Amino acid sequence: MTDNKSLISVQDLKVYFRSGHDCARAVDGISFEIRQEETVCLVGESGCGKTVSALSILGLIPTPPGEIAGGRILFQGKNLLELDEEDMQKIRGNRIAMVFQEPLTSLNPVFNIEDQIGEAIRIHKNIWAGELRDRCIKLLKDVGIPSPVQRLKDYPHQLSGGQRQRVMIAMALACDPDLIIADEPTTALDVTVQAQILQLLKSIQKTRSMSVLYITHDLGVVANIADRVYVMYSGIVTEQGNTAQIFDDARHPYTQGLLASLPSRSKRGKRLFSIPGTVPNPAYKPEGCPFHPRCPHAIPICGKKYPKMCDYGQAHLARCPVLFEGETDANK
Amino acid sequence: MKSKSKDKQIILCVQNLKKYFPIRRGFFQKIAGWVKAVDDVSLEIEQGKTLGLVGESGCGKTTVARLILKLLEPDHGKIIFRGIDIGEFTEKDMKPLRKEIQIVFQDPFGSLNPRMTTGLSIEEGLRILGIKRGEKRKERLEKLLKMVGMSPDSADRYPHEFSGGQRQRICIARALSVDPSLVVCDEPISALDVSIQAQIINLLKDLQDRLGLSYLFISHDLNVVSYLCSTISVMYKGQIMESAPAEELFENPCHPYTLSLLSAIPDPVPGKRHKIKLLEPDLYDYPMTSKGCRFQGRCPIEEPRCLEENIGFEKVGEKHFARCWKAANK
Repeated sequence: MTDNKSLISVQDLKVYFRSGHDCARAVDGISFEIRQEETVCLVGESGCGKTVSALSILGLIPTPPGEIAGGRILFQGKNLLELDEEDMQKIRGNRIAMVFQEPLTSLNPVFNIEDQIGEAIRIHKNIWAGELRDRCIKLLKDVGIPSPVQRLKDYPHQLSGGQRQRVMIAMALACDPDLIIADEPTTALDVTVQAQILQLLKSIQKTRSMSVLYITHDLGVVANIADRVYVMYSGIVTEQGNTAQIFDDARHPYTQGLLASLPSRSKRGKRLFSIPGTVPNPAYKPEGCPFHPRCPHAIPICGKKYPKMCDYGQAHLARCPVLFEGETDANK
Repeated sequence: MKSKSKDKQIILCVQNLKKYFPIRRGFFQKIAGWVKAVDDVSLEIEQGKTLGLVGESGCGKTTVARLILKLLEPDHGKIIFRGIDIGEFTEKDMKPLRKEIQIVFQDPFGSLNPRMTTGLSIEEGLRILGIKRGEKRKERLEKLLKMVGMSPDSADRYPHEFSGGQRQRICIARALSVDPSLVVCDEPISALDVSIQAQIINLLKDLQDRLGLSYLFISHDLNVVSYLCSTISVMYKGQIMESAPAEELFENPCHPYTLSLLSAIPDPVPGKRHKIKLLEPDLYDYPMTSKGCRFQGRCPIEEPRCLEENIGFEKVGEKHFARCWKAANK
């Protein structure tokens, strides 16, 4: 999969939110890349900028108070940040689609399923009403909703949580996009339903050869579906690599801490490792490395100098020079 | 103390607990049916141990918690706390017992009064029950804050000044203020960040070791439950499907629902893309009024008799119970 070419590449993206004199640097210079037919996970805690990054790809950051302060988002060679609203409209929902976290609040309660799935197709494709209906039925079938013809006239409240999320996925698939951004699509669901939705996403991705950007805080889910992982902390990418590198050979103290703090049966009776302190307020980030106040390996320079990405080979990078033993000029 | 057997003190024993909610329809709000939210649930919590109650949303976990706290009146069944059946107790009878059973809620953002300082929230229980006054109460407050790892000066601050993890610590301090022996934790960590969850789990564990607390730990996260609990009960649509010591439940699950639940746990080990025993999607609109097993329609080993007969909660091993015909033969 590594020789596939890049579909979307985010370079040094900065998104700031201003309120009064405060400026919350929600996303503070992140770069990531998604190749064709690849599942990439953005992992991090709430407030680390995962969702903001995803929304800025689609140009959905509310401005003001938000503003994109720098960077580029290259999608199939075009910089999405330079497109005007009309051109963006042609990409949003058509080439790039999004599945939101909470299906009940993202579906409109006063429109039926057919209207909502059909909306994107009506906007982007020029087709007949009858054909539209057939397409909706086919989409519902694809996402595994039983008796789709009867379901078309149903309203969101008549469906269960898992079915609503399936409808959301059907909406995202409506125009056969190249990239689906799934923002915590299973967080509100039960584990058994979560397993179904994850399997559905995987099989759809395979049959339609799409790319998926999957945003989550659940490392268990990441291990299951990701090809490559970006770990985010307080608006920056702290570590990136393929799934095996991140889980078996984590190099950043934050990733190491997260993995060690996961409860499991094998750790019974032992004390759980926990990262002390809390996530910094994005408006008042510490100087230097944002993780240093909580880091067990922190040395004085961490509080002064913004850490560099250190290369561990085979595209495995971690933003912590302290633990790095190779050659870098930041390694002091 | 008042427990019958000496070797294992049962602090709370729930027997055949039932709670049905009426479904009302029409202009005159006639009762059209019943939702059997909790139907024949039996639990046992040993002194100083943790019972995990797991199940999907809407299965009745929280209703069980509310019944145990007597925030809801049970329709049938016994709630035996330290040898006394509190099932029929009135609000007045309950008052002295209130300090024995406390609760920590799921959402620390919704369960603290935004207009009360942390200190006022924590001492409210002491104030109502008239425990300790003046200086002594202040001392107690400081001790409580220290116990949950907060600085004493946070007593004068308001909830919005704290992060989610800190607020959950405040909720725990509030629950512990009256020296309870049983704490019901209703999904206490699901609203918190991953790196904060471990802190709260450790805190709950430390407090249990120090104060000898018993927990009823309600969760849908099987990884947490498997780490924390000594006994686990799996609930599905208002009934306990399987109940066993934690190790036993994971090593030797008997009920098909438990099996599918365990196989659906996302395991943080890459490459181990597990074979998920996918459940049939739940197409039923709660067949609460129908006969037979609650798991019908989704069960991979269903038989005709499962649709007809009610199934008892049978013993399948040492402290291991399951509600399935086939569990006993395994």
